[in-house]
Amino acid sequence: MININEVFETHDMIEKDNLDVRTITIGISLLDCASDDLGRTCDNIRAKILRYASNLKKTAEDISAEFGIPIVNKRISITPVSMVAGSCCKTTDDYLRIARTLDETAKEVGVNFLGGFSAVVSKGMTASERLCIESMPEVLAGTERICCSVNVGSTKTGIDMDAVRLMGQTVKKTSELTADNDSMGCAKLVVLCNAPDDNPFMAGAFHGVTEADAVINVGVSGPGVVKAAVEKVRGANFETLCETVKKTAFKITRVGQLVAKEASARLGIPFGIIDLSLAPTPAIGDSVADILKEIGLEQAGAPGTTAALALLNDQVKKGGVMASSYVGGLSGAFIPVSEDQGMIEAAKCGALTIEKLEAMTCVCSVGLDMIAIPGDTPASTISGIIADEAAIGMVNQKTTAVRIIPAAGKKVGDTLVFGGLLGEAPVMPVNRFSCEAFISREGRIPAPIHSFKN
Amino acid sequence: MKKTIITVVGKDKVGVIAKICTYLSDHNVSIMDITQTIIDSYFNMMMIVNTENLDIDFADFSHNLIALGDTLDVEVRCQRSDIFDRMHRI
Repeated sequence: MININEVFETHDMIEKDNLDVRTITIGISLLDCASDDLGRTCDNIRAKILRYASNLKKTAEDISAEFGIPIVNKRISITPVSMVAGSCCKTTDDYLRIARTLDETAKEVGVNFLGGFSAVVSKGMTASERLCIESMPEVLAGTERICCSVNVGSTKTGIDMDAVRLMGQTVKKTSELTADNDSMGCAKLVVLCNAPDDNPFMAGAFHGVTEADAVINVGVSGPGVVKAAVEKVRGANFETLCETVKKTAFKITRVGQLVAKEASARLGIPFGIIDLSLAPTPAIGDSVADILKEIGLEQAGAPGTTAALALLNDQVKKGGVMASSYVGGLSGAFIPVSEDQGMIEAAKCGALTIEKLEAMTCVCSVGLDMIAIPGDTPASTISGIIADEAAIGMVNQKTTAVRIIPAAGKKVGDTLVFGGLLGEAPVMPVNRFSCEAFISREGRIPAPIHSFKN
Repeated sequence: MKKTIITVVGKDKVGVIAKICTYLSDHNVSIMDITQTIIDSYFNMMMIVNTENLDIDFADFSHNLIALGDTLDVEVRCQRSDIFDRMHRI
């Protein structure tokens, strides 16, 4: 029988430490929506999304009320659009029309983001995939809820450097087209390596071709809960620290599992995975950087940060996998700068640099995330940053990503303000030496030797 | 059986439990267990109730209960017990 202390502990986790379910994301396959007529494809897409997702918002609200756990976001991920629209989209305007249909449908069903305006081009691009990527700046500027992602490499295929070059230009153009809105478009555009098929988190969510027709994926969060638990063992040895993080991750993940199962049963859509990530928000007390500080660093970015993050990431996974049979997505600690009050503070005071963040991405679940850089940074430098991150992912057989925001018209010391969950980003300095000649080379970087396992 | 946990936290005064129990009874909810502690004249109460035969929507039931708590100057929470079972039991 549950006792009163356990009940109040749960209440404290939710009310004081910001425990929530970050997102319920329905993955929907649009493969059967493809046709050679643009209008018909748009109609098919709209009908399919309405069929699966019309009750998502209401169901999430009901579950939230019954179990007393906030469910912050309701979202949709779809089959990468470039796979669906190949035969009906002949121009970037055609892709823009599909994006508008998706945006309107997302609004109609009440989700705040729809991910999957994507291209998976880890080894090469088809003409349609190139067109899809070229349409992204206008899509991001012309829609409200659409998230774009491009997978430019994998451990099995190597890195498509033509796509990396194109993405440097795409990120830059997106920043310019959304300059009036603090280059907000770039916050919804991510470049990945080893992108998972079942990630529920934006902006990199898409419904991979390995997935069923529809699936429920749930992303849990809870940096504040981990921080509060670690606070209670201040000064203890590493074994105690690790045990504490692990037990907390277990509890957080169990809540996610419960919500996922309920949502799956009520919506009649199979349960896919739990993504057990520590996803920070700009709210005070909901920060991964604060956990690192509590572990013993003066600021995130100080020497020891990579080791502390490696420990944190690993213990979160170890606790989480015990709590759910199906763990997937990104799963680990997120280190976005703009969405984490502690990271913002560390970047502002000079403790945290892009180079240190790059090192941190070797041991956490994602990559360079929500980092603002000067608006005059050349496209080739952005491509260089993307290539570095993709190389880390490729060689270490993990997902890495770059969501970087060239702040149009701004320089180091300025700040971009996005508001809401996206927070604010101080513009960080970028290495000023050129990689133009490297990025200008055509073709791809071959897969690493340890990928040949057959 | 559908177990639900109701907690009440607030300044102790006459009639709080009575009014809450009346509300439960009005909606066909049976009480299975009550634990209560009073610390510095603040009371913390936890009820385990069965909402299987609840005659209204759960969200409305919970909402009204919280509103009733507000009128009594106590903080009421009402949640399906699964969240606690899952979190604290393997």
